[in-house]
Amino acid sequence: MKAATIPIQAVGEKSGAFEYITTKKDELIGWARKFSLFPYPFVTACCAMEFMAVSSSPYDTDRFGAALPRFSPRQADLMMIVGTISHKQAPVLRRVYDQMCEPKWVMAFGACATSGGFYQNYAAVAGVDKIIPVDIYVPGCPPRPEMVIDGIMRLQELIARSQHPIATKEF
Amino acid sequence: MADDIFERLQAALGPGAASSSVAHGIAVFEIAPAALTGFVARLKGEFGFDLFLDVTAVDWLPQAPRFEVVWHFYSTTHKVRVRLKVRVPESDATVDSLVAHYGSARFMERECHEMYGIDFRGNDDLRPILLYEGFEGHPLRKDYDKEHEQPLVPYRT
Repeated sequence: MKAATIPIQAVGEKSGAFEYITTKKDELIGWARKFSLFPYPFVTACCAMEFMAVSSSPYDTDRFGAALPRFSPRQADLMMIVGTISHKQAPVLRRVYDQMCEPKWVMAFGACATSGGFYQNYAAVAGVDKIIPVDIYVPGCPPRPEMVIDGIMRLQELIARSQHPIATKEF
Repeated sequence: MADDIFERLQAALGPGAASSSVAHGIAVFEIAPAALTGFVARLKGEFGFDLFLDVTAVDWLPQAPRFEVVWHFYSTTHKVRVRLKVRVPESDATVDSLVAHYGSARFMERECHEMYGIDFRGNDDLRPILLYEGFEGHPLRKDYDKEHEQPLVPYRT
């Protein structure tokens, strides 16, 4: 009988091989966090159609661990602002953002959320980054699902590269 | 069918209007502000215009009188539309409310009030409906600067 080189379960005496790994804290936490993005969809306008397309099975954002929308901001890591934000809505957006727990990221989805798009009037906020900080901008009116997936992957790179302090100064 | 009802409308209501015509399949009447409620009561009662479609305004700056308030009505029996126009000056931009005749006028008059600053005499609830409390001015007037914003949340610096 041929002996397995890497036993799937320990039989007999432990060898010590593959029992421990060493890594950096930031890399380990970043690797875990980038594959568990729970999005909060703040969906206000026609980009919602594209959001539905990108989150359903043909494009399958579950591959990136970012498919399960949480409709409570307290359970979400990623706020996806999908559509135009009006001045009347801005206090709601600010409050929802403040209710999200750290660490949190924000994606501006579509032309209106990134810059106001073609709206320049009394009603629309010209870019949500005037109200809350934005990590990733996905342009387009509406953006193609491929662009959204590219945005998610760039956000994953950003998360993997950033520092992940276990205790902050405010802790 | 439509021509028939339009001829009857013009025969009955034309003398009470400043002008009457048919434009794009809609009977159009321009009337004086004081004649509005009587005119609408006859439209609804005698001719069966039972559906209130919309009320809005046109800002003809710098003409005088400056505003033109426009109503649209639809008859579900005759399947035709009627448009009413009333000119009001900026100093007294007031017309009678149609809430007594059409309950659905209440919200549309609220919108017209906040966007153009037209006062509807008899509508007791003219709070903002699309805009927010504290918004100053009337954004669809031609002298409202299109880049003038009134944010509720302080911008990040």
